[in-house]
Amino acid sequence: MSGKVMTPDAIVGRLESGMTLGIGGWGSRRKPMALVRALLRSDVRDLTVVAYGGPDVGLLAAAGRIRKLVTAFVTLDSIPLEPHFRAARERGAFELVELDEAMFMQGLTAAAQRLPFLPVRAGLGSDVLRVNPSLRTVTSPYADGEELVAVPALRMDAALVHLNRADALGNAQYLGPDPYFDDLFCEAADTAYVTCERIVGTAELTRDAASQTLLVSRHAVTGVAETPRGAHFTSCAPDYDRDEAFQKEYATAARTPETWGDFSTRFLAGTGEEDYHLAVEAWHKEQR
Amino acid sequence: MTATTGAATATRAEYCVVACAEAWRGDGEVLASPMGTVPSIAARLAKLTFAPDLLLTDGEALLIGDVPAVGARSAVTEGWLPYRRHLTMVMGGRRHVMMGASQIDRFGNQNISCVGDWRRPDRQLLGVRGAPVNTLNNPVSYWIPRHSPRVFVERVDMICGVGYDSAAAAGPSATRFHELRRVVSDLGVFDFATPDRTMRVVSLHPGVTPEEVHDATGFPLPLPDGAPRTRPPSPDELRLIREVVDPSALRDREVRAR
Repeated sequence: MSGKVMTPDAIVGRLESGMTLGIGGWGSRRKPMALVRALLRSDVRDLTVVAYGGPDVGLLAAAGRIRKLVTAFVTLDSIPLEPHFRAARERGAFELVELDEAMFMQGLTAAAQRLPFLPVRAGLGSDVLRVNPSLRTVTSPYADGEELVAVPALRMDAALVHLNRADALGNAQYLGPDPYFDDLFCEAADTAYVTCERIVGTAELTRDAASQTLLVSRHAVTGVAETPRGAHFTSCAPDYDRDEAFQKEYATAARTPETWGDFSTRFLAGTGEEDYHLAVEAWHKEQR
Repeated sequence: MTATTGAATATRAEYCVVACAEAWRGDGEVLASPMGTVPSIAARLAKLTFAPDLLLTDGEALLIGDVPAVGARSAVTEGWLPYRRHLTMVMGGRRHVMMGASQIDRFGNQNISCVGDWRRPDRQLLGVRGAPVNTLNNPVSYWIPRHSPRVFVERVDMICGVGYDSAAAAGPSATRFHELRRVVSDLGVFDFATPDRTMRVVSLHPGVTPEEVHDATGFPLPLPDGAPRTRPPSPDELRLIREVVDPSALRDREVRAR
């Protein structure tokens, strides 16, 4: 069995314009930001993005890479409204499939289990059904006869997730309090790419951690990349917290095209992930 | 100290805390999910006083076994509640959430998604989040820190949290577990215990006039003469709010001083 270790740019080299991409994490938490930054350096566009959205969606929206977004929210958590998502929606920049958080979870689960849909009570009576006219209901075949929403499977071409540790085979581990839905994203996609803080030997994964932390198994993983601080500026507990100061800088810069241009030039225009982290480090020194 | 003394000295924010805490009275062993500062103080207060069986989270993935001040770290973990389990718990109904609302109407339809035409909104907000699943599966209350006609509207632009009329129109699967408990604003307490399930006044906070509520509400709201007054915090509740749950007075940042 060959190893699956790749670079972020090699992973993005496997992605094509027009694909449906799932992005793991939740809000501004454990987002595969190194891969998002690599996507920004590529010419991949017209994406359908499926995510519990945070700055991953914001950055891709700002760069005009999204054709269609499937989400329940986009937020920076400590800053409730994601400025780029907000601006993109207000100028009608992409198509939106707005689902409830539980509907989204059922859609991921259906895709992972190769089902066409899963039923859920959520959505009935809400405008989620009005703004998604293609959503259908299903009637229980049992005595209750309940009518429920049939959430279609959220099947994806590729999933991108960031975890704390992984081995070269693609077994990946979360060490924070919440797995989010990263395993489901990987299982719901035809290909899945894991970035992690550190690639270690398989035996090392459970040397100091319980086996339940092994969230993603190699059968569901296509490629692995080591990207230290690869979730920055989102949180990656327990390795690091969200970089609140830098996130604030990001949100402030998003207010005008001029300040966003300056931010992009300074932080996103480099040739690789190293340039980004050097620029962030220099920025932090200036703030002292 | 007597309750009268407490009433004389309690601030509007402290009345709001008690009014929000009362939402969880009698709930038993369910998760109290507060969104916002005043509801977070209120859920802790309820647990420390009349609702000791409530479950609380640290705002992330852990159920906490202690009651730290808002913003402080918990030292005791009693359970694990990552988002996947949290959503399952919502659908199982063992939870009572107090959400915010950018818009709410007389039937309790709530909007946190966007203002204006959904296809191209004037103001994009959060998105529907879990409001649809919340309202169809577990008891829901609302906290509105600034009662105004921009929030209390004739019709919401995007129904996220489902109101009584929308649930009824959607049928028995929608109404089966649907229950809106109360709406607390900086002006008063409201519920939907009317024959047509429209909003009514439960109590007004001290110093609030019916005219003030009328002017701040964008739909017809019956304002009977002599509406009851929100109960004051007891001396013990005031002490808990000020010294234990919210010693840095974060409540005053969310509720305007009156």
